[in-house]
Amino acid sequence: MAVAPLTSASPDGRIADNIVYFARTLRKAGMRVGPASVKDAIEAVLAAGIGSRDDFYWTLHAVLVSRHEDHATFDEAFRLFWKSRELLEKLLAMFSPVAPDNRERQKPRAAESRVADALFEGHRKHQPLQEIPEIEMDARLTVSGTELLRGKDFAQMTAAELADAKQAISRLSLPFDMVRTRRYRADPAGRRIDPRAMMRLASRTGGAVILPRFRSPRELHPPLVVLADISGSMSQYTRIFLHFLHALTEKRRRVHTFVFGTRLTNLTRQMRHRDPDEALAEASSVVKDWSGGTRIGDTLAEFNRLWSRRVLGQGAVVLLITDGLERDDTAGLSQEMERLQKSCRRLIWLNPLLRFDGFEARARGVRAMLPHVDEFRAVHNLNALSDLSASLDRPLSRDVDPRLWLEPRAA
Amino acid sequence: MSELKPRKAPETIDETLDLLSGADYVADRALATVLFLSLRMKRPLFLEGEAGVGKTEIAKVLAQSLGRRLIRLQCYEGLDVSSAVYEWNYAAQMIEIRMEEAAGKVDRQAMEKNVFSERYLIRRPVLDALTGKEGAAPVFLIDELDRSDEAFEAFLLEILSDFQVTVPELGTIKAEEPPIVIITTNRTREIHDALKRRCLYHWVDYPDAARELEIVRRKVPEANKRLSAEVVSFIQKLRRLELFKVPGVAETIDWAGALTELDKVALDPATVSDTIGVLLKYQDDIARIEQGEGRRILKEVKAELSAAAE
Repeated sequence: MAVAPLTSASPDGRIADNIVYFARTLRKAGMRVGPASVKDAIEAVLAAGIGSRDDFYWTLHAVLVSRHEDHATFDEAFRLFWKSRELLEKLLAMFSPVAPDNRERQKPRAAESRVADALFEGHRKHQPLQEIPEIEMDARLTVSGTELLRGKDFAQMTAAELADAKQAISRLSLPFDMVRTRRYRADPAGRRIDPRAMMRLASRTGGAVILPRFRSPRELHPPLVVLADISGSMSQYTRIFLHFLHALTEKRRRVHTFVFGTRLTNLTRQMRHRDPDEALAEASSVVKDWSGGTRIGDTLAEFNRLWSRRVLGQGAVVLLITDGLERDDTAGLSQEMERLQKSCRRLIWLNPLLRFDGFEARARGVRAMLPHVDEFRAVHNLNALSDLSASLDRPLSRDVDPRLWLEPRAA
Repeated sequence: MSELKPRKAPETIDETLDLLSGADYVADRALATVLFLSLRMKRPLFLEGEAGVGKTEIAKVLAQSLGRRLIRLQCYEGLDVSSAVYEWNYAAQMIEIRMEEAAGKVDRQAMEKNVFSERYLIRRPVLDALTGKEGAAPVFLIDELDRSDEAFEAFLLEILSDFQVTVPELGTIKAEEPPIVIITTNRTREIHDALKRRCLYHWVDYPDAARELEIVRRKVPEANKRLSAEVVSFIQKLRRLELFKVPGVAETIDWAGALTELDKVALDPATVSDTIGVLLKYQDDIARIEQGEGRRILKEVKAELSAAAE
């Protein structure tokens, strides 16, 4: 067994040190590696008694990686960190039952400095990218044809705005916003017998009386998936709905946030930051296509293919915020909308363009999308977050019926 | 049920690999490593991956080759304590109470003890999994955890860290030896980090061509050699297309089996189009393959295989 000689071979615990450094590198690269997993990693390496680079790789991988998305980061960091073949081989030699390596003790500093190099290389690599100066451009009602990649800087949220947002969200009740679960809660007016509670009660009186107890199914908010358009034509609203999304994420469980322009970005993790300014700053650094063009069809296809099965389970409601001005061909768009509608419980389209009274569903993108939404809601005056939630809050009425917009309107 | 002869867990990664291949599970070294570690460190193994890549199969193979009992908990939304852990047999309890009353007993303490005794306890999978004897702990498969809701996930945290369950009326039940826990998910929902942290994580990917061919050889031994090579090559190419749902290993085995049943020795366009329903389950994907991409791939497969044969 390869484990036995280890205690004698590593009195100075260099493997442990290196694993700690490695974990730190991973943490800097954005992975979630806590002290507990570092301890586990050391234990795992001891348990596996590594014999090859490959085994060592997968041993650390098993413990330190807990999301499929982190695999690439781990792979890169491993290559970088343990790139000095000598270092790894030396470590391997320490595990080898036949050759406890003594040479290694004479030059511990060399190994350490190499590790430090690897560390700093990783560090330099992950420095934030240079801010790109922002060019403000009001592009309402225009569809830009090129993919513009640029950063965005959001003004900080004032305390008043914050309070306002929280209030608006707590008042907000989306239509169809409760799903019945298969769990129960005690309910004197319930319609189902609760045998467990009855037995407990009966044993209190020694079984003399067994009184009925009732329960009813518990109701929950379903997951909410928001797909928000951040292209140029929507840029003046972006700040408002990012605030809205942040407040929503804080208030409700299971909110998934995606933004799209020319590409799709998942902002769910960024939005979980408690502080709205930090959340927005992080979001702003992750998204590469602020105020660029729009490719609704392509990004929806990407969402359907990669994300729909992961986030649309358990009766999710999808909130799509876009003006529907599609740059590309609209043939695929209609299909993707149909698929999206069929994979969620309810698809609500929120369109800020509707604030113009003369809005008609004339744009090709809009016409392609409308038949496949359950509700089409307008934001008449989107200057503040409360307007957004007010529009979502309105009870279901005839004017949210998407078919209404497809019929030619009587003047 | 047949007698089980529990075997000891493997001592090295190579032994783990042999154990799996002995049971006709063709694993790569990464999987063998993480499985070995999970057995060694007595940590739950968290397997994530697309549908049909053989996640559940790992638990079955492990139970079979280690001679352990397999306890399976299929998760679903709303799974609760009474169907996952334990339940009291209420009807029998009520009869017990009435019987004691009829016999004229009035001692409350004694009655409570009788009514809430092991006799009336219905064991569900979790409780069952905690009753393994030393050296013969069962394999506990928690299948498709992503289908359950967060409340159940939070409950699992407690089970997976202490391997004990508290039944208020009975006391705490603790496992003599913790079960070998295997959790699978299809990623229809993100599982919370806290739960993942207690486990060893592994992403089960689609196998490469060589490994998939080996899988077909073992699972469908009667398939013609040329046919298996074509099937595997076709599916490997299919996976590179951006389909809504690409076929998994389960589909490969099904397809090879189906074609063998049809007495085919090689693929041809008509056969592919007749049997495509075994591989692809979405109309859009099927339409795409039938509209010529299928023919193109088949042509490539044939060309590559004949080039390799020369």
